[in-house]
Amino acid sequence: MTLAVVTPYTVPVDLMDALQVTILILVAAGATAVVLIRERVRQVLTLSVYGVLLAVLFLAFQAPDVTLSELTVGAVALPIILLLTLAKIRKREE
Amino acid sequence: MQYFPFVVVVWILGVGLYGIVTSRDLIHLIMCLIVVQSSTYVLLLGVGYVTGAVAPYFYDVPVHTPAVDPVVQALALTDVVVEAAVTALLLSFAIQAHKRFGTLDPAELASLKG
Amino acid sequence: MTPTQRRWIFLAAAVGLAAFYLWGLSGLPGFGNYPGPYGFIINRIAVGQTNATGVVSTINFDYRGFDTVGEEFILFAAAAGVATVLRRLRGERERSATDEAADRDLPTTSSAVRMVALLFTGPVVVMGWWLASHAQTNPSGGFQGGVVLATAFVLIYLSGEFLVFKRFSPVALTEVVEAVGAGGFAAIGVSAVAMGLPYLKNFLPLGTVPGAVSSSGTIALISFFVGLEVAAAFILIIGELLDQTLLIRQGAN
Repeated sequence: MTLAVVTPYTVPVDLMDALQVTILILVAAGATAVVLIRERVRQVLTLSVYGVLLAVLFLAFQAPDVTLSELTVGAVALPIILLLTLAKIRKREE
Repeated sequence: MQYFPFVVVVWILGVGLYGIVTSRDLIHLIMCLIVVQSSTYVLLLGVGYVTGAVAPYFYDVPVHTPAVDPVVQALALTDVVVEAAVTALLLSFAIQAHKRFGTLDPAELASLKG
Repeated sequence: MTPTQRRWIFLAAAVGLAAFYLWGLSGLPGFGNYPGPYGFIINRIAVGQTNATGVVSTINFDYRGFDTVGEEFILFAAAAGVATVLRRLRGERERSATDEAADRDLPTTSSAVRMVALLFTGPVVVMGWWLASHAQTNPSGGFQGGVVLATAFVLIYLSGEFLVFKRFSPVALTEVVEAVGAGGFAAIGVSAVAMGLPYLKNFLPLGTVPGAVSSSGTIALISFFVGLEVAAAFILIIGELLDQTLLIRQGAN
């Protein structure tokens, strides 16, 4: 059943559909980019951008809680942990 | 639009698995594992979506406004934070493997003994 | 098995897996046609029963609080695992933090980075506390607030030196805070049992105004403890990795 809701915040259903399709295509492209890049530091930065894209997707799916979690974890905390690991490994290799 | 998000979920899962199978570096493998985990978040939120509804927060809209399913949002929310800590544990294993064997190649690690 | 053979075998298996998944997912009722009764029921009754306007937080900390206890202890175990795996092994030595600072020869951090990090530390801490304590009104909660608080400590490291980071978050204090957070959540549940109610039942007074800070009983309290624990776990993990990078060296003393 499709529901028609009128609040001060809703947009027309067609506009929301178009936004969701666009963001889904961008997310699929971002996932492909993360996997195909082989160099380590570049892949960490691509993962950070992919986290931001995922956060926008969750916002388009009407889930602001999950957006906040994915932004802080996927775009900030996880790249920090990954970059510290890479620094430790590079220090041992030289 | 009926099934397009689920097709994207299968694509992300397949691409992540391809990265894991053909990886030559343990850190690259862990990042592909993160991509595979993110496909489950998209699937969870895609299942609970109601067309034309708002987010389930009733601070400024009346209580009987149609809203999306909050149960899958609660699942995805704790999932995102906990998987980051488990990924950190995996990375610490990778650091110790590098210390012990000097290499991060899964093929070489599989053939070393002790 | 050569890599090319492995790739072809994977592609064959992946096509089969994708076909199976798509056949399974096409049996779902389509995107946007959510059929099930539970989402609609909870949206209707949650505000009336718990006086909290954020329904996702009531599910996390009240209706399905038992699952959240389990997830939080996964986080606890992962942080303890990182601290155990990255301990000082035989054959390594750990220089003390003050020795390292004296003869470090890396380029100094640029002034722009230091100023921005210093400016943003205070607001980020305030935002983290606000997120962790307002679980019942807004899209916030213990998990997000905890991660934002941990990010504030990383800003301290970026704006100063490693020594300042260590002084603000010594390992013993962080571990005590993490234990208080995890144990506090379990203790709230157990104190409900001590009153003869089921484990983790909402027993504090519910307040009068839906969505006020002091409403919704134990939900706000649990969210605060969860925020403490998540922040301490992430600070521990990042501190251990920084120790490994900066302090632990190869070779016996």
